[in-house]
Amino acid sequence: MTLRNRWRKTLSYFMLSLTGVCAVVAVSLLFLILGILVYNGWRSVDWNFFTKLPKPPGEPGGGMANAIVGSLEIILLATIMGLPVGFMAGVYLSEFGGKTFAFLIRYMADLLNGVPSIVIGIFVWTVVVRRFHFSAYAGGIALALILIPITARSTEQFMTMVPQTLREGALALGASKWRAIATVVVPAAYRGIATGMILGVARISGETAPLLFTSLNNQFWGGGLSDQTASLPMMVYTHATAPYDDWHRQAWAAGLVLLFGVLLANIAARLILSRGIAVQK
Amino acid sequence: MSPNEYMTMGTANLPSASSAAGKPVGQQGKLKAVNLNFYYGAYQALHNISLDVPANRITALIGPSGCGKSTFLRTLNRISETIRNTRVEGEILLDDENVMNVDVTLLRRRVGMVFQKSNPFPKSIFDNVAYGLKVNGFRGRLAEAVEKSLKRAALWEEVKDKLHKSAYALSGGQQQRLCIARALAVDPEVLLLDEPCSALDPIATAKIEDLLFTLKDQCTIVIVTHNMQQAARVADRTGFFLLGKLIEYNTTEIIFKTPTRQETEDYITGRFG
Amino acid sequence: MSAPPPTGARALILRLRSGDEVARLITLTFASTILLVTAGLVYELWSTSSLSRHKFGLGFLTSSSWDPVTGQFGALPFIYGTVVTSAIALIIAVPVGLGAAIFLAELAPARLSSAFTFFIELLAAVPSVIYGVLAMFTLVPLMRDYVDPFLKKTLGFLPIFSGTIFGYGYLTAGAILAIMTLPFIISISREALLEVPVEQREAALALGATRWESTWQAVVPWARLGIFGSVFLALARALGETMAVTMVIGNDPAIHASLFSPGYAIAAILANEFTEATGDIYLQSLICLGLVLFLLTIVINALARLLIIATTRRGSAHP
Repeated sequence: MTLRNRWRKTLSYFMLSLTGVCAVVAVSLLFLILGILVYNGWRSVDWNFFTKLPKPPGEPGGGMANAIVGSLEIILLATIMGLPVGFMAGVYLSEFGGKTFAFLIRYMADLLNGVPSIVIGIFVWTVVVRRFHFSAYAGGIALALILIPITARSTEQFMTMVPQTLREGALALGASKWRAIATVVVPAAYRGIATGMILGVARISGETAPLLFTSLNNQFWGGGLSDQTASLPMMVYTHATAPYDDWHRQAWAAGLVLLFGVLLANIAARLILSRGIAVQK
Repeated sequence: MSPNEYMTMGTANLPSASSAAGKPVGQQGKLKAVNLNFYYGAYQALHNISLDVPANRITALIGPSGCGKSTFLRTLNRISETIRNTRVEGEILLDDENVMNVDVTLLRRRVGMVFQKSNPFPKSIFDNVAYGLKVNGFRGRLAEAVEKSLKRAALWEEVKDKLHKSAYALSGGQQQRLCIARALAVDPEVLLLDEPCSALDPIATAKIEDLLFTLKDQCTIVIVTHNMQQAARVADRTGFFLLGKLIEYNTTEIIFKTPTRQETEDYITGRFG
Repeated sequence: MSAPPPTGARALILRLRSGDEVARLITLTFASTILLVTAGLVYELWSTSSLSRHKFGLGFLTSSSWDPVTGQFGALPFIYGTVVTSAIALIIAVPVGLGAAIFLAELAPARLSSAFTFFIELLAAVPSVIYGVLAMFTLVPLMRDYVDPFLKKTLGFLPIFSGTIFGYGYLTAGAILAIMTLPFIISISREALLEVPVEQREAALALGATRWESTWQAVVPWARLGIFGSVFLALARALGETMAVTMVIGNDPAIHASLFSPGYAIAAILANEFTEATGDIYLQSLICLGLVLFLLTIVINALARLLIIATTRRGSAHP
């Protein structure tokens, strides 16, 4: 073997091993992140965490009950507002859309998907908060605006995957178009659609930036949905950036709980999808 | 029969397909095409088709790939409308009534279709057969109607113990018979079959051909097939399509033994297609 | 002969009665909200930054003063910070991401590849604020005590690696951004590489190329449009990433050459100062910054999508 060939072979072996290293590094990042969070946070995730309100720095026994409830409230608002709209838009794009209008909507949905969430927050601030005040509703609206284009595109994606012959089979039996869609096409695509929805909700539940100017945060229970409301992501942010060690501890705990919830939803969604899409090819 | 009348009927009163609701047995003109032209956008796929389908007979449409026979079949129950940018010129008459004047969902209850590749819904066997009944507002006893359809499709014995299993658990041939049962459930007067056996093995094919014989007493059947032997076996009348035109249409015996057109003879003897 | 088919009003009523037209209108209405929101977004950003736009004009983009007291606002330090941190992120993430993608698409057996991809996609689901916490308490000490001094010692003659080390700054922000954008580069590049027909690699191997040469010189170039697309997509995400950057960039509204020094990014100053802004010109300048960010991300995203669409459409036709 010539020297040049030996060099080429060595280089090949080296570069390919390097790619393996890159892959291992990438995957281990996930476990590293989980590990660091668990290490720093698990001691603070106790009964108090889930049931008590935050205490001033230095006082032990505080928790983030208001943030957990607040997050759930805001996410629920966003889900109620965003999922049906996104779903219907996706149905339109896949089943009814003409050429130009559907193209326009698709383009705008992709555009919205790419807008930084903080800009969405500013938008909701100018439209809602300026006229009313900081509230859970505003936070919910901001998150809904993020959820709608995601849901629309993923619903469309899974509905178009349903073979045309299934639609024709329903129509040939005398079903009207909307009936065929509701009783055959949507059930055929429901796994993918559900997955897309779960992933979307998981995504918005971790978002902080849109809440910065809409629902703000709250150290107490607050006055209901039309008042500024605590949320887990905001708590993580405010507690991590504060100068108290005690609050840093709480930030780790909140971060751990938040990450746990988000990852759980993601894993569940992906497992649902991998069980198979309910249509035989 | 109006949609309202149908919806208030009980099991006993589903009309039998032919004699009550249309032409007497064997009479010409159950389903007629008159100067039918069909366009995909600017492309003309069917040229001036005029065809008379007799009641309670099996009519086969043959021809090489792309000759327009499937396209023609799909205009008969207006399922061609699901594709954008298509245009129909001329008339299609069901019992002398223009199908464009009839509500399309009602038309499709009277003219059923079975597709080339079986397309059962992702539901149970029972729900598949019941689907057309539910959608058309059937008020009678569903289980009886489903059993009756599955018997007509010669599938009942094989599935009676697993009606609530998924339709996808069946074999290819069984799935196609399920689709036939599903189409029969709404008691159509006409049944259109688009190459129903092309994806099936010879045994399954034979079962379905036998089925068609038993069905033609209750139903008018139009079958598209690229298998000439199949047409020769089952059909009373045969139409030969080529390049979007109906070249010749006559009794099966004449088409296969003494065709009058050269193109027909070339196709029959295997010179092309 | 029979009656002609109904036209015009009668046809419309027939369609309405069947419920299909109603369904179409309902879903159309919901779909239009997407248009409305987008239009509203652009309108609001544009109109509520009008004061600032009229006062500063295009000079807003080139001025580097940010002084709420005197009412002078310029976007340059923030654009600079956003660009620099994103560039750092890409410089780190693209090689690592491409390497990992190559491994997953070309070398790893299918099950290992799926498992790894599963975990990497989970990485993309980690919220930004969690990355921020990790960056603040884990990455900053790491950079400050090990990485930065090392860089300063070895490459300190370069202006970008000179200056005081704080831990918070462009480099740290870029590093956490790199970790955040890595999963996108990997998953999209991997899909682009999987699309390459196996004949390409085989042709190179048959000519005597080593495994690496066939991968690098035949497979990767074929997928380059999709890979570039993934880079642009990652860039778009990096530009808009808010929380993690805000927590470690140091919040200094000035331009610095050294990567060790604190700086600022558009998303970061919005996060920090938006609710504190007093006075119209201050607030509107911030919103103007938001508008700049919005336009930047739209352009980059559009480019990214064009590239990714070009890959899937070109298929085998290859320039």
